[in-house]
Amino acid sequence: MKLYFKYFSIHLKSVMQYKVSFLLTVFSQLMLTVTSFLGIHFMFARFHTVEGFTYNEVLFCCGVVLLSFCLAECIARGFDTFASMIGNGEFDRILVRPRNEILQVLGTRIEFTRVGRMLMGIVMFVYAANRGGIPWDVPRVITLLFMILGGTTIFCGLFLLYAGFCFFTLEGLEFMNIFTDGMYQHGRYPLSVYGKRVLQFCTYIIPFSLVQYYPLMYVLGKGGGTYCIFLPLLAMLFLIPCWIFWRVGVRKYTSTGS
Amino acid sequence: MIQVEHLRKTFRVAKRSAGFGNAVKALFHREYDEIHALDDIFFRIEDGEAVGYIGPNGAGKSSTIKILSGILTPDSGTCLVDGRIPWKDRKTHVAKIGVVFGQRSQLWWDVPVIDSFELIRDIYAVPESDYKRNLRDLTDLLDLSELLKTPTRSLSLGQRMRCEIAASLLHDPRILFLDEPTIGLDAVSKLAVREFILDMNRTRGTTVILTTHDMQDIEALAQRVILIGKGRILLDGTLDDIRRGGEQIDETLAALYRQFDI
Repeated sequence: MKLYFKYFSIHLKSVMQYKVSFLLTVFSQLMLTVTSFLGIHFMFARFHTVEGFTYNEVLFCCGVVLLSFCLAECIARGFDTFASMIGNGEFDRILVRPRNEILQVLGTRIEFTRVGRMLMGIVMFVYAANRGGIPWDVPRVITLLFMILGGTTIFCGLFLLYAGFCFFTLEGLEFMNIFTDGMYQHGRYPLSVYGKRVLQFCTYIIPFSLVQYYPLMYVLGKGGGTYCIFLPLLAMLFLIPCWIFWRVGVRKYTSTGS
Repeated sequence: MIQVEHLRKTFRVAKRSAGFGNAVKALFHREYDEIHALDDIFFRIEDGEAVGYIGPNGAGKSSTIKILSGILTPDSGTCLVDGRIPWKDRKTHVAKIGVVFGQRSQLWWDVPVIDSFELIRDIYAVPESDYKRNLRDLTDLLDLSELLKTPTRSLSLGQRMRCEIAASLLHDPRILFLDEPTIGLDAVSKLAVREFILDMNRTRGTTVILTTHDMQDIEALAQRVILIGKGRILLDGTLDDIRRGGEQIDETLAALYRQFDI
């Protein structure tokens, strides 16, 4: 963990070498998120509810998902460029260092520019949490923290899975984006709006609804028992198969020429 | 001590002929070539030796180095480095070796070299007093004092290579693997790098295993030469065993390659 902060500081030093670029990227990230917010806004300007969810409720959901996605991106962005790390042999270097490989991959890239998105997530989230008429109490706050924690874990797991595939294909697989970026795009709305099948898929295959839909229902007071508080923690188990898959990949690793 | 016995490694390489039609065909049905990168390799290297590991391109030099440094897992055979199996005890193993890839950098691109060194110190958990001593020695020997505050991206290749070698030695490795350390360097840098490696080997007793295409590297550094071709060990002896009086060393080697048909 201490080492991760060392990586953190060296990236910060690198970033500071290119100030203008950094600020512009933060700004563009912010704008990107604003557009996704506007999408929701205009939708609700026309229809007042979507499948029984009000504007504030969707905004709240969106804020939570956005926040977990950004956190996961900040931490695990190294996996996103993992295909190129294998391609240019950078992964060889990681293997000759006496530290955990995953930690080192994480350390290769830490995205400070995601601060922009995260800021927007927090704004949306606070706005919605205040106006949404949610009766905040201790269990709800805990649920919310679990949701963000669990959501971040699931996104990290998906990034890890994506990187694991690279060992077998040596190329990033675009289809995995359905699950990473796609999950975040679709996760802005409570998953039940997509119908039963999607909800089932996101419960049993990729346990995304355990951090989004079910605890959300609990927080909003729309049903779902107290067990929903702990569902996000259950969802964190998703990381285990992802990790095993990665381990298998490392063993199969064949490196590149020269 | 490094002990290698019956080491084998095979890669599957997809092959197809040129042209768009064949590319489409390869999408559905793919043929593979089995390439025996290493085919029953055996050798033994004692502590403190300096060994040149030579052979033509694609002979299996890098694959051997990658197995010895724990990057690759071989298909079969045994390999013990100071009693450790590299790919099984990866973390404990790599803490005690140093690896320099001539073609790749291990320094962080945008920050001054000294920042990279400090991060490497933390990665290897080198005690502060050892780190300071090593850094001082390496700075003197490789003449780095001017370079430490420069970002890596602004260094010339020769300057960078000196920093790379220093970076691989900050944690006092017992064994040093050098994969083409002098590739692309000018004469002065080459000499500096050679002199330094020789010095490490003589005074600290570091075991050095060196792959290179530059025979002068071998002449300057290696008491012993191992020749590999098509995944097999063809020759294991001193440089004099290879040389047949008077000829240029490069010509001798080319003749040797032709003789073994590799």
